[in-house]
Parts: sequence; structure tokens; C-alpha cells
Amino acid sequence: MIKHLNDIQDLSSDQIEQLIALAEDMLADRAKYQSALAHRTLATLFFEPSTRTRLSFEAAMLELGGDVIGFADPNSSSATKGESVADTIRTVACYSDIIVMRHPKEGAPIAASLRSPVPIINAGDGGHHHPTQTLADLFTIRREKGRFEGLTIGLCGDLKFGRTVHSLIHAMARYEGVRFALISPQELRAPDYILEGLRTRSNVSYEETDSLESVVPRLDILYMTRVQRERFFNEADYVRLKDSYILTLKTLADAKDSLTILHPLPRVNEIAVEVDDDPRARYFKQMYYGKIIRKALLAAMLGVAP
Amino acid sequence: MNIDSIQNGIVIDHIQAGNSMSIYQLLHLDRLACSVAIIKNCKSAKMGRKDIIKIDEDFDVNLDALGFVDPNVTVSVIRDGQTVEKRKISPPERIVNVIRCNNPRCITTTEPGLDHIFHLADAARGLYRCVYCDAAKQ
Ligand SMILES: [Zn+2]
Repeated sequence: MIKHLNDIQDLSSDQIEQLIALAEDMLADRAKYQSALAHRTLATLFFEPSTRTRLSFEAAMLELGGDVIGFADPNSSSATKGESVADTIRTVACYSDIIVMRHPKEGAPIAASLRSPVPIINAGDGGHHHPTQTLADLFTIRREKGRFEGLTIGLCGDLKFGRTVHSLIHAMARYEGVRFALISPQELRAPDYILEGLRTRSNVSYEETDSLESVVPRLDILYMTRVQRERFFNEADYVRLKDSYILTLKTLADAKDSLTILHPLPRVNEIAVEVDDDPRARYFKQMYYGKIIRKALLAAMLGVAP
Repeated sequence: MNIDSIQNGIVIDHIQAGNSMSIYQLLHLDRLACSVAIIKNCKSAKMGRKDIIKIDEDFDVNLDALGFVDPNVTVSVIRDGQTVEKRKISPPERIVNVIRCNNPRCITTTEPGLDHIFHLADAARGLYRCVYCDAAKQ
């Protein structure tokens, strides 16, 4: 397994398959792994708060019999006193076997890994990478669809700043016959370098549209995203764009019965609550699978799993 | 210094006209004690106009930095008035502490002591990206 995980691209397709296989085994037999990481300590360093991601990692570590230390809020850490990432990491590495970090600056986990004797997992660096969200997405897609190949995936909302979308596109673009429908307002289109990457691949195709309704009937997966206030420099732009797409049962009228609706959560209002009870809504299951694949990742990166 | 005949030193030739001052700064030639000649707007059969820099001392040129700014330049090493070596310039795979990342969200803007590293992302277009945040530099 890899030493550090910064970007989903750090993992080969084979390594992703290994993680999925391990996660499947953990699902099938939780007891078998309940002491797998006994006497190991995970440090969760959240220089930017993210309760869900942190709880998911902490629950994952606890279910493997390990221990957890860390901080949930930069105001409670020395980072606010101006301590560098490198110094924080060198300190925390003395107390832990593996570090999960979220940081508002892009590339912070790379700076950390340059100085860290223990593995670093990126749990989000600004608007940049968030590889374990992508692992959760991939594991959910595999659980729901049994495959990655040949799927039509609609990605809807903020495709410009939405890092989970960028990572998921990169990850899914490896598989044969995948079709992307990129659904966003003009201002929040996927960046050129992402589209460029898709154009150079002959195994995948993509289309861009601002109409969710027009593509919904063709989708196998609909991945909704939130328009995040913190990614905007201008409040007026945020207010204008935040309600661009709201998924309701009416939007889903012509969707396939086999559609899988995903969302990295938390949502604001882009999925109406009425959709939650539709069997196609799988975003809460996705959180559960996120914890399981994080268990697999922790075990694999600490070298205790096959 | 006779700019036509250096005895021992370096000639950086075929610089795109107008680029010599930025190369002068990039290579920190201001720190050299020896004579340095900047010849601007020479006639060139190949290029129309070009700049040339002549350095009157054998000097370890940062070829990576040079390759980043202008991969078409040539670097000749002169000894005893003869060209003994022509160094090949090509866009380097990595450049370290030559340019800084302009992305305000990049960790290099706040973290002290971090090398500024760019990697060649697209050789055909001469496109470099910050290894930390992936921001592009052409
Ligand atoms: Zn950068």
C-alpha cells in the first residue's frame, strides 16, 4: 500500500480494488477486525472543522480497536499561534501511528508528508483534494452497481469548486465506457484542466449541460453537490447560484428505477427532504460505506491487513 | 572586456530578444564579480533579433531555470578562447525555487521553509504545475 494518501490519483486501480475487497470483508465479518489496530493511535488534525469526516475516521479507528487523539477545531490548536504545518506534524507524529488531516490551504498534506515519519491521509485540503470522500463514492457505486464500467454518471451543482466532483471524475475516468453528464450553471462549470483530461481519454465521454431534467432519464448515478459558501469570494455570487438545482420527486419522474442518487453531504436544500424516502436515495448509505472504506484504508496503510 | 572574445567563460546565445534582463535576474548574474555583457537586439539569421549574454568566468549556470524561461537558448562553455562544450537546454521535469506559486490558497503562501516546486505537466505547451496545489504556470 502507499505511504501517504494525498490524492485519489495516488492509488492505482489495483490498490483501489484491494481496498474495496478488504472493505467487503469488513462488512461481511466485523468481528474479525475488531482488534486489528489495537494499540495503534490515529491522530485527527482538523485545521478546518469537518465534523462528519472526522467522526467517520474516528469511528473507523475505534471499530478496529485503535485509539484516537487530535483536535477538531483550529482554535483549540497551536496552529492559530502561527505554528507551521511541518512543526505540528513532527510533534503529533511522536504521539501517533497515522495522521488524518484537514487543512484550509491547498497542498498542506504534501507539505506535511515531506516532514512526517508516519503516514498522512488527506481529509480535505481547501478546495483541492479529498481522496477518502472519493473512496467512499467508489465503494458505494461498486456496492450499488456491482461495477464501474459502462455507467452514465450525472454530476450536478458546483463543478467548478467542487473538489469531490473533480476527484470522482478523475477516479471514474479510468474505467471503460464511462459517460459523464456535467450539469451546472455556466459560472460553475468544471475547470478546463478537468475537461482537457477527459478529452485525452478515448475510453470515456462527457457532455456539459445546465439542464438536470434533460439528462436525468439517461443516468445510472446522479451525484448532487452543494454550492459551498466558503468557496466564494463574493457573497452576491453565492446567493445567486446556491439554488440553481433542487432535486425533487418531480425531477425524478422520468429517472430510471435503478438510478442511484449520491451526495457527499452535508446538504443544504439541493435535495428536497421528500426524496430521502425514495429507494433510489443512497446518500445516507454512502456515509456508512465511507466509514467502512476508511477502516480498510487505515488497516491497509498501517500494514496490518492482507 | 572584449565582448567578441571571451577567454574563459559562458555564452548564453539565441535568447529571445528582450528576455536577457529577466534571465540576468533569474540566474542572479548581479551577484557575480566578473564582467557580464548583455547584448540586446543583435541581428540573427534564424531569429531576426536576439539577445546574448556573455559571462567572463566559468559559471555554473542553472540550466533548469534557463530551460524553464526559454528552452531555445544555447549555452556555450568557452576555454582558452575556444568553445569546448555546448550545453543542451530542455524544459526541466522539475524546477525548485525558481518561481513562486501565485495561488493565494496554496500552502506555499503561509508555510515557512517550504521549497517552491513545479513539475512539467505538459511538455508540448511548456505547462508547469505547482506540486502542492496544481496551479498552472506557463
Ligand atoms: Zn501552489
